Amino acid sequence: MTTFTELLSYEDALASYDPVMGLEVHVELGTRTKMFCGCSTELGGEPNSQTCPTCLGLPGSLPVVNAIGVESAIKIGLALNCEIAEWCRFARKNYFYPDMPKNFQTSQYDEPIAFNGYLDVQLEDGEIFRVEIERAHMEEDTGKSLHVGGATGRIHGASHSLLDYNRAGIPLIEIVTKPIEGAGERAPEVAKAYVAELRELIKALGVSEARMDKGQMRCDVNLSLRPHGTKEFGTRSETKNVNSLRSVERAARFEIQRHAAVLSSGGSIVQETRHFHEEDGSTTAGRIKDNAEDYRYFPEPDLVPVAPAREWVEELRTGLPEMPRVRRNRLREEWGVSEHDMQSILNAGAVDSIVATIEEGADSAAARKWWMGELARNANEQGVVVDELPITPAQVARVAALVAAGDLNDKLARQVIEGVLAGEGTPDEVVEKRGLKVVSDEGALGAAVDEAIAGNAAIADKIRGGKIAAVGALVGAVMKTTRGQADAARVKELILERLGVSEG
Amino acid sequence: MVDIIKLTAAETAEKIASGELTAVEVTEAHLARIDATDEKVHAFLHVDREGALAQARAVDAKRAAGEKLGPLAGVPLALKDIFTTVGVPTTVGSKILEGWIPPYDATLTRKLKEADVVILGKTNMDEFAMGSSTENSAYGPTGNPWDLTRIPGGSGGGSAAALAAFQAPLAIGTDTGGSIRQPAAVTGTVGVKPTYGGVSRYGMVAFSSSLDQGGPCARTVLDAALLHEVIAGHDPLDSTSIDAPVPPVVEAARNGSVAGMRVGVVKQFAGEGYQAGVVQRFNESVELLKELGAEIVELDCPSFDLAMAAYYLIAPSECSSNLARFDAMRYGLRVGDDGTRSAEDVTALTREAGFGDEVKRRVILGTYALSSGYYDAYYGSAQKVRTLISQDFEKSFEQVDVIVSPTTPTTAFAIGERTDDPLAMYLADLCTIPTNLAGNSAMSLPCGLAPEDGLPVGLQIIAPAMKDDRLYKVGAAVEAAFVARWGHPLLEEAPSL
Amino acid sequence: MPGITREEVVHLARLARLELSSNELDHFAGQLDDIIGAVARVSEVADQDVPPTSHPLPLTNVMRADEVRPSLTPEQALSGAPAQEQQRFKVPQILGED
Ligand SMILES: [Mg+2]
Ligand SMILES: [Zn+2]
Repeated sequence: MTTFTELLSYEDALASYDPVMGLEVHVELGTRTKMFCGCSTELGGEPNSQTCPTCLGLPGSLPVVNAIGVESAIKIGLALNCEIAEWCRFARKNYFYPDMPKNFQTSQYDEPIAFNGYLDVQLEDGEIFRVEIERAHMEEDTGKSLHVGGATGRIHGASHSLLDYNRAGIPLIEIVTKPIEGAGERAPEVAKAYVAELRELIKALGVSEARMDKGQMRCDVNLSLRPHGTKEFGTRSETKNVNSLRSVERAARFEIQRHAAVLSSGGSIVQETRHFHEEDGSTTAGRIKDNAEDYRYFPEPDLVPVAPAREWVEELRTGLPEMPRVRRNRLREEWGVSEHDMQSILNAGAVDSIVATIEEGADSAAARKWWMGELARNANEQGVVVDELPITPAQVARVAALVAAGDLNDKLARQVIEGVLAGEGTPDEVVEKRGLKVVSDEGALGAAVDEAIAGNAAIADKIRGGKIAAVGALVGAVMKTTRGQADAARVKELILERLGVSEG
Repeated sequence: MVDIIKLTAAETAEKIASGELTAVEVTEAHLARIDATDEKVHAFLHVDREGALAQARAVDAKRAAGEKLGPLAGVPLALKDIFTTVGVPTTVGSKILEGWIPPYDATLTRKLKEADVVILGKTNMDEFAMGSSTENSAYGPTGNPWDLTRIPGGSGGGSAAALAAFQAPLAIGTDTGGSIRQPAAVTGTVGVKPTYGGVSRYGMVAFSSSLDQGGPCARTVLDAALLHEVIAGHDPLDSTSIDAPVPPVVEAARNGSVAGMRVGVVKQFAGEGYQAGVVQRFNESVELLKELGAEIVELDCPSFDLAMAAYYLIAPSECSSNLARFDAMRYGLRVGDDGTRSAEDVTALTREAGFGDEVKRRVILGTYALSSGYYDAYYGSAQKVRTLISQDFEKSFEQVDVIVSPTTPTTAFAIGERTDDPLAMYLADLCTIPTNLAGNSAMSLPCGLAPEDGLPVGLQIIAPAMKDDRLYKVGAAVEAAFVARWGHPLLEEAPSL
Repeated sequence: MPGITREEVVHLARLARLELSSNELDHFAGQLDDIIGAVARVSEVADQDVPPTSHPLPLTNVMRADEVRPSLTPEQALSGAPAQEQQRFKVPQILGED
């Protein structure tokens, strides 16, 4: 249903207009239970098996606040340099939607638990950009609809929908930035860097795994343009549910180009929601947001105010982990990598994976090599962050260990990783199933070496004569007969040994 | 031979405990009374014959096994159809929930079961507890046992009528603006709105969350206290439940006295609209309190004049949101799903078909009061009024121990008389609403019949929050003095059905 | 304070998802106008410097431990469903988006 959209070139767009962004990120907390009831939040349950009167909105049911939900919200607020409300309330946001059991969302309105903060994010060139935080507030997720009867499983054209409320009531923290001004042409980069940094922070706090591929972290990108030199904001579009770091950047870029095309041709932007399309990076029109929209917020009468004691807030502040940017600087020194490389590691979302892999016993160079090489490439192809790939740090460490022990060479190691990603099992299982072990049987290897020497007498003579560089050809021949499963270094050693030469 | 249905709950429990009666006998007697009278009264929406008898048999078995029985074990009760009951339909008097069988018990239901109270069935009520006459029930009105052409009050008219018709010695009501007390007043029974937060709201279908409160209904003050003690107490499933010991209501009911108490009379609870016979019986009650040793103090609570207006903004606002869940998606009625209509249309058609006029009026009114342009003027101001009312109560309770007033300005009016005049209907709760807005406790008990129509008049006693025991102390004293004066309980004068 | 017009009632009914008939609209518009006329009195206190009360209790910080409690079974959860399929609530086509 992608419709043709006129775009202006990015350079032309920026030449005439100044982008202003607002980013709204929803984070699903990793609590054991839902925000207002004791149902499990475990993923993958049977449909409607994690529901109760409260999260189904049955008549008579009532909510009770999850203490860890509040604690997580405060931690996030503190990490974002926010003020923490001395007293705040939940409010009801009233609108009808079948995936929302009560037809109101229990959220916070004019009294968020955290407000007025900022997050410093580092751009590719090392520049720090400060993103101001308007608020972080607590709310709840909706159920999931399955649209049936349409060709694509989408809402349009479906004959009916099937609802599963297992996700209804999962705690969410909504984090809203103040308008981000002054980023200019770097606005898309800032957007991506902000979401990346926020994600690192959420993970560091241990309040959520923040996996964007699983919908645990979702971003809405609000964007408007104004002519250079003007102060007033233009009409904004709200691109909903942009669910990868790369998409955040692409959505911002696309909207800048689309807005610019509309504005420069004398048109005006409609205030509406937009859908982002992963396939081509475009957005299409959603629902018009006229001002008649009225959520009729009022204080939730079924809940009492939350008034976090200052001692508690200070205790949580003291217990905050090292902030990701500080930690990255420390790691950068420990690993001996450049600012730029560290930034690439961050953008790939690989910091924690590398740390975890090192903790699993790999050395830091090997850990970086695998995560930033093979795995980063793979993640990029799939539009996910590396730690969202179906491989664990322990598995990567195991691969590194196999390489270090000479059981695998790099080429084989890549195949092992490929197998793990393809769901073929653990590295050892993949090695076993695919028969990828380096040929370390000295007898078999020796026979292959002898065969190579015998079949390439002229080259063997050259080597005997001192042209050690020619050994590569014999190694190649051995690798060919062993179908790549030999340790190249050992093969070289054996050849030189057989030919009675030693490496100068 | 004892007339089982005329016994009080306390007497019934005693006779079951002593073996003089079995719980099954008691239950059967009440089921028979329901069979004989409910065609006329229509107090019940659903009689759970099997469930009641099973519970009764369990009580008898417990007794036979020598287990200790609770103070209300085996006593039958009529449950307002607003509390969820596993396996038993819960309709809230609405078509939109016709046939709904909840998969869970309200906390109050659970407590009744654990106390071995026998739940006879579910009683009629104004739809979603919105009303003062039970005429807004989607299942037809309930008659007042004193005069079947008159209303039994509302919204808990079914519960009050069941008591007055001797169909059950105990009943449960809910009181958002007077729905326990006003039916008690017009049926000559006793009803108590506990302090807000005193009785769990979990499983009680919400009308107006910040005002709703479940409470006991009975024919005597002591019976109400015994029931109060069973249903009250902290519930971790209700965030607005008070985590403190239940006030000593039973002890208070057993030791009725007003000697040395200061009793307030609020001047705003009088004037135009008060029926002469109601005023007369109220004045006699004040005289009686003096005779019993109370000191009467006149009070001025100017904000009470705005209570009605504030109530009819707050309650509709909250209900417009609380009732949004009735959308034809997960439970209840679904209308117009012909395979072509959208969910949105089906929701709107179902709500149109499933809600009655009063519900629709309040939902629209609440939607209006909460909308952005009007919020401050209406909802915001109403909440300020609420503060002022609480302050008036606070000041008053610095001077007095309890406040008394007529429960209602008039006796039971005729069925149909006010159905198309919402504002006239709303007047029935003039004296009861301030207590809901402030969250404190109040009781209504009979104080005689109005001379002009021979119908019961209710005396309202109001106490501070968590001082519910004072209601029972004063109520028991007044009740004893009146019964002594009349020579019998007031309900003896009700016509036999 | 202004009263309420029939057009406003139309708008409110749509917000509240009530498919009111034309007769009902006429009927309710008149009644609601009367009721609003009566309750508008509360705005007498709009200027008064008193805090609003949204709740009768002075309670704060009522929270529960993050401990899993038993859920309903899917059968119980779906027991009241007007229609179901694949252990899910079956609902008519959803037009809008949230
Ligand atoms: Mg939100
Ligand atoms: Zn739940």
